[in-house]
Amino acid sequence: MLTYLAKRILYVLPVAFGVSLFCFLLVHIAPGDPLTSVLPPDASQAMQDELRRIYGFDRPLPVQFGLWLMKALQGDLGTSIATGRPVAAEVWRAVGNTLLIAILATIIGFLLGSFFGFVAGYFRGSWLDKMASIVAVLGVSVPHYWLGMVMVIVFSVQLGWLPPGGAGPGGSAAWKWDWEHVSYMILPAITMSVIPMGIVARTVRALVADILNQEFVPALRAKGLMDFGVFKHVVKNAAPTALAVMGLQLGYLLGGSILIETVFSWPGTGFLLGNAIFQRDLPLLQGTILVLAMFFVTLNVLVDIVQGLLDPRVRRR
Amino acid sequence: MSAITSETTPAIVVPPLAKSPGYWAGVWRRFKYDKVAVAAGIVVLLIILMAVFADYIAPADPTRSSMLRRLRPIGTPGYPLGADELGRDMLSRLIHGARLSLFMGVVPVFVAFFLGSIIGVSAGFFGGKFNTITMRTVDVFYAFPSVLLAIALSGALGAGITNSLISLTIVFIPPIARIAESVTTQVRSMDYVEAARASGAGSGTIIRVHVLGNVLGPIFVYATSLISVSMILASGLSFLGLGTKPPTPEWGLMLNTLRTAIYVQPWVAALPGVAIFITSISFNLLSDGLRSAMDVKG
Repeated sequence: MLTYLAKRILYVLPVAFGVSLFCFLLVHIAPGDPLTSVLPPDASQAMQDELRRIYGFDRPLPVQFGLWLMKALQGDLGTSIATGRPVAAEVWRAVGNTLLIAILATIIGFLLGSFFGFVAGYFRGSWLDKMASIVAVLGVSVPHYWLGMVMVIVFSVQLGWLPPGGAGPGGSAAWKWDWEHVSYMILPAITMSVIPMGIVARTVRALVADILNQEFVPALRAKGLMDFGVFKHVVKNAAPTALAVMGLQLGYLLGGSILIETVFSWPGTGFLLGNAIFQRDLPLLQGTILVLAMFFVTLNVLVDIVQGLLDPRVRRR
Repeated sequence: MSAITSETTPAIVVPPLAKSPGYWAGVWRRFKYDKVAVAAGIVVLLIILMAVFADYIAPADPTRSSMLRRLRPIGTPGYPLGADELGRDMLSRLIHGARLSLFMGVVPVFVAFFLGSIIGVSAGFFGGKFNTITMRTVDVFYAFPSVLLAIALSGALGAGITNSLISLTIVFIPPIARIAESVTTQVRSMDYVEAARASGAGSGTIIRVHVLGNVLGPIFVYATSLISVSMILASGLSFLGLGTKPPTPEWGLMLNTLRTAIYVQPWVAALPGVAIFITSISFNLLSDGLRSAMDVKG
């Protein structure tokens, strides 16, 4: 297990390095000077040079990258060009909000998805299987930002049951765990849960069908186990992979929340990214993407490790 | 003279070798009986035809606006699917929107299929250090969730059709390259490749005949499964305002500009999303059908 752990971590370090290099270069593939959005149009040359020096854009690229990486490792992601506030603080607050709905969405998606997938795999070929497969295909094909709009149309505009967007009366700063606030989470989380639901359902269906085809299943039945006993064995065999898929889905949702957050004006990382893009606030863009990508990379390693703990076969790969 | 001889000589007619029903015939036979896949294929074909002949099908000019006829409901005379926030005919805009939406969804996947296959197949075939360096670089891009990578790139590059196409292509190269690499590595160690090498075939011949012949099918099936994701992502970029600019009809952008109208004409506002949904689900079902007809695992 220790060698497996070491191998995974050694493998991920260069990837993490590459990811930070990519995030750093994002600012430099952007057309135009990153300072144009803050400088007044009539800025003097001296003022431009001064700002360039403050932001460090006057140094050679490798030096800039080195300095940026050192700072980033210490939790300093620079200063937002638009607001002048530290990027790290803004990103952390937003990550918290995104995590709230992403985790809720992953749980809903996982429960529904494994239910549908299980039913489909267990009764393969029956009408239940067909229904569950249709739900899975719908889940992976639906443009989720449109689904969000439809949710708002149905539950907010027509029925008036749930608020159409935002994070509660006082914004995210005044968040409380009461119904008034939680009701703002429901529509975004359900909309978001549709993607992992489809993917989990597909995976679980294939897993269950595969496990039921293995030799130990007739052996268990021959031993005299009834359906429920067999069911327990199937769950035990399917769980590690299904959990791994769930972990990865959480990562995808964290990174992919921007569209849904835009629809629901949810003040998370997606919302922050949207602002960063339209105000051409490149340090903020860079910082948000770095944090989200690192979350995803770390989550991947964690999933691998947990999978290795649960399933010794994974360790020997 | 020669014509006469050829006529007079009793020609020994060699019957052309009865061509055994090949692999593709089998694929077609299996595909034909998959009702869902055939239906999905027909829908995809209709959408493509709609995009190609948009000028002839659309009842009205998709950009002609009318301040007097803003946000009409579905079924208004002269406006079968209603009118949008600037009084333009929704049906015509949806038909014309198919052009750019399809183009932006399909092209990145095809370019990525081409580039990703080159990267993956060469990494898998040559192995060694080259493989390590190439695949680790691919892994860096694979370490981003696809939506995030697409938005990061087009956010940094700026809005526009070309930039969206570039970003989406970069998003789809890593997954395709990874599949190509793993399939190629499997094929490379097959006995028939060893036999070809022993009988004197060079690297070029082996790649062309033995590797590509066995590898392109699975990669292609995988790539078709990405088209649906690509459609959703491409329209998503336009929805965020990172794709095309108004007044060009494009489903994602239409969804964006109609978003404020959900309190007035909710179902008209939702229509462009229905178009994206139908296209994406048809591509998905078509790709599933191809996968089982071509008997690709995974």
